Amino acid sequence: MKNIQFTSLSIAVFAASISTGVAADSVKTTQAEIVMKASFKDRGQAKVDRLNQDETQRLCSQYPDNRPKEIAKRIEAINLKLMKYPADGKLLGDWKEGEKIAQSGVGKQFSDDPAQPAGGNCYACHQLTKEEISFGNIGPSLYNYGKLRGNTDAIQKYTFGKIYNAEAYSACSNMPRFGHNGILTEAQIKNVTALLLDPDSPVNK
Amino acid sequence: MPYFKRTALAITLVAASLTGALFAATSSAQGNSGDATIKEIEKYRQALGDGNPAELWEARGEVIWKKPRGPRNVSFELCDIGLGPGKVKGAYAVLPKYFADTDKVEDLESRLVTCMVMLQGFKYEDAMKSPFGSPERKSDIEALVAFVTAESRGLKMNVIGNHPKEKEAFDIGKAMFFHRGGPHDFGCVTCHGADKQRIRLQDLPNLTNKQQAQRAYTSWPAYRVSQGEVRSFQWRLFDCFRQQRFPELEFTSQGSIALTTYLAKNANGGVLSAPSIKR
Repeated sequence: MKNIQFTSLSIAVFAASISTGVAADSVKTTQAEIVMKASFKDRGQAKVDRLNQDETQRLCSQYPDNRPKEIAKRIEAINLKLMKYPADGKLLGDWKEGEKIAQSGVGKQFSDDPAQPAGGNCYACHQLTKEEISFGNIGPSLYNYGKLRGNTDAIQKYTFGKIYNAEAYSACSNMPRFGHNGILTEAQIKNVTALLLDPDSPVNK
Repeated sequence: MPYFKRTALAITLVAASLTGALFAATSSAQGNSGDATIKEIEKYRQALGDGNPAELWEARGEVIWKKPRGPRNVSFELCDIGLGPGKVKGAYAVLPKYFADTDKVEDLESRLVTCMVMLQGFKYEDAMKSPFGSPERKSDIEALVAFVTAESRGLKMNVIGNHPKEKEAFDIGKAMFFHRGGPHDFGCVTCHGADKQRIRLQDLPNLTNKQQAQRAYTSWPAYRVSQGEVRSFQWRLFDCFRQQRFPELEFTSQGSIALTTYLAKNANGGVLSAPSIKR
């Protein structure tokens, strides 16, 4: 897979790039964004403004791979700055509730009821427990996550942070920023953190 | 060997192989190997392929194609879907392409709407009314799509894409493929940018790989067993974006055709097997 390269530019767009000095890639992307916005419509909770990109999304779209190191560092820095840890200092919730969140793929689709809490759908991409054999592989296996790493304060903080905003640790990760983007609540993220770290959790059996 | 004995043996063998197949399916569902399950699903698909209900959509589509319709009482037989008026065989293999009469790049579904409006005299809103069918209300578009694509079965994808508007569509489609957004930061590339990825147990084709892009694109449209409907490529994109947590992709919109152009051209050389059958 190569970086996005564009070969043809319309005259109007070309003129725009001269006047602003913007690189051809992002100019063409702007044109694509105009077409995209005209091609989608609001439906349920999914409004067309979801196509607007923040800096992280824009940079990750622009550099799907072979990303320059300084770009990756910038993305991680932006997101690390936006990290919010629980005010009460407690990072571990109830692993049993965490397991339910890991199983549920509900949430944020236009076909979903926005009044219902969203799931994390962790099993879509990760192995977590021995019992659940229907798991995806877009992310690494998390079986024995806590057993291998221990349940120290530093690991708790890293784990909560990784679920809250994966981009702070790994630029352009495929993993959604569950806390930062408001998919899961703080309490839900604590429960998923417990699923990964609680010694009683099936993840660590 | 006496005849009756041979028959008895054959029956026993059939019974044994059926038991074997059932056992294999059960054990793989309970085992911890995803590969075995995927192999069983592949077998299931092949078995289903022998009697694909898409044939019913193809037959219905042929009737609709040949019947005089609309305010002007004209059939689709004068409709140009890529190779000239009335030419159906091989047309799907060259789509999407630029059409001078609309000055647009169009895919099959968009072209059917164009012919309903320009040739048959339907109002645009009426032509756009039922893009995707349900058990209660079947879609004429999906039946037509099944008929037209079946006429290209066995042919190689051959999207030329040299017209400036076709090149522009390809570039926009490519940018859309890599565009990450929404609450989950997803883009097409999240699930379809690397080899051997799965969501739960569902295999995901890497659409940046030539062979996988060919195999995936040429199997659409398809009869979806889980929905009991033939689904068009426009539906495939519509439902991918729903799962991507994006807003609704509008039927036959410029963006939908641009993304189709990108994916179709990347599948050039692949042999069309559509309408196929999927879970």
